[in-house]
Amino acid sequence: MAAPHLLVHDEKDTVGVVVVEGLRAGTDMTCVVTANNSAFAFKSKMDVPIGHKIALTDIKSGDTVWKYGQDIGKAVAPIAKGEHVHVHNLKTKRW
Amino acid sequence: MTGPIGQSNLRFTGWRRENGRVGVRNHVVILPLDDLSNAACEAVANNIKGTLALPHAYGRLQFGADLELFFRTIIGTGTNPNVAAVVVIGIEEGWTKRVVDGIAKTGKPVTGFGIEGHGDLMTVARAARVAKDYLQWASELKREECDISELWVSTKCGESDTTTGLASCPTVGNMYDKLIPRGLYGVFGETSEITGGEHLAKARAASPEIGEKWFKVWQAYEDEVIQAHKTDDLSESQPTKGNIAGGLTTIEEKALGNLEKIGRTCRYIDVLAPAEAPARGPGLYYMDTSSAAAECVTLMGAAGYVVHTFPTGQGNVIGNPILPVIKISGNPRTVRTMSEHVDLDVSGILRREMTISQAGDALIEMVVRTANGRLTAAEALGHREFVMTKLYRSA
Repeated sequence: MAAPHLLVHDEKDTVGVVVVEGLRAGTDMTCVVTANNSAFAFKSKMDVPIGHKIALTDIKSGDTVWKYGQDIGKAVAPIAKGEHVHVHNLKTKRW
Repeated sequence: MTGPIGQSNLRFTGWRRENGRVGVRNHVVILPLDDLSNAACEAVANNIKGTLALPHAYGRLQFGADLELFFRTIIGTGTNPNVAAVVVIGIEEGWTKRVVDGIAKTGKPVTGFGIEGHGDLMTVARAARVAKDYLQWASELKREECDISELWVSTKCGESDTTTGLASCPTVGNMYDKLIPRGLYGVFGETSEITGGEHLAKARAASPEIGEKWFKVWQAYEDEVIQAHKTDDLSESQPTKGNIAGGLTTIEEKALGNLEKIGRTCRYIDVLAPAEAPARGPGLYYMDTSSAAAECVTLMGAAGYVVHTFPTGQGNVIGNPILPVIKISGNPRTVRTMSEHVDLDVSGILRREMTISQAGDALIEMVVRTANGRLTAAEALGHREFVMTKLYRSA
């Protein structure tokens, strides 16, 4: 299998991690869930740097965002599937 | 075929010290009691090539728990089996003797000098003669073959990003899952950086009592330090600016990646105070530490760990003067742009060319090679960050 563009820790997750450099908007991404090695594909909507996250589904403002099958914080803006998820639209629930 | 975790490769050669512990480096340390004695210690090390001065910022007017931590750290550093012998220099003889007596319990050679009444130059001359004798003595000590169960391997990650949670941290976790059952001593820490994964960390204790002990330590830091002193959501401190550049967004996300370092099966058997030596036998321990790299590694060295495994995503360059610090990175850009700092490249995990188990085996092999004498990138580059943890202002 070709190297994936996006890795997802867990089936429950709503974000995945870009693992290639220079990912462009409109890329047909190969995605792999590391927990069970299952693969799927969808299109990125933005240029996203390596290591940054992309939404796997539409996320409403206020929704919990899931990674590692765990709560990693709440969306503070609506995020569409395929968009970049980072400090501009995701905040900690702590501190 | 015998792989890295095959029986024949699970041995290393090290220096067995007077107290039975095994070191993988053979340093003669010139140890300042206090900030005022740094200059004399550095002068001794300049005169006697091959000795190692450990300048630091503290040791004056500390009191209470902060003073106890100071002595535990400084005595623990001299006690570490990577250290063959120690010359201690302090501004006065009382606390200098306290450090000397603490280190002498190991049976290793140690002598102290007070500066007051002699001045720097006389002190340097007297201390340098002892340092020379120690260095020549240590140079003739021989390594012996030891089982992996005599190795103490610590871990802490730094300048993490999302690749550390996917690749380099689970590599360390896989190493612990394979080596802890074979008698290795391990330790992880970073109390603030478990926030968001505290339910998972608590559940990884070997018993409910140890889990409760852990949770109290975590809650105390949250209540007494973070909530008492914070002015915002700690963004750019925890996660750091570098973490954020690497794609980590929240402390919860960072914590979950951090916890990948303890693997899937091993359980921690006790919760240590900062710089406290483990006392419940082989196994994985938790130490209450800062998440700042140099502070944390210094505390783990003071507790007696002799090799450190350090996953990094964005490229933390930290080393330690007495512990070899092995850098593991799964970020292909960091591996390319900062290759001189990386001991083990596990970026193949992101490309699905390498499994976590294969990466764990490669790390075990690198730990054994490092124990046997291979210099780490941080050692070759001269990284010697020795940083005390300070609990509060001095008197």
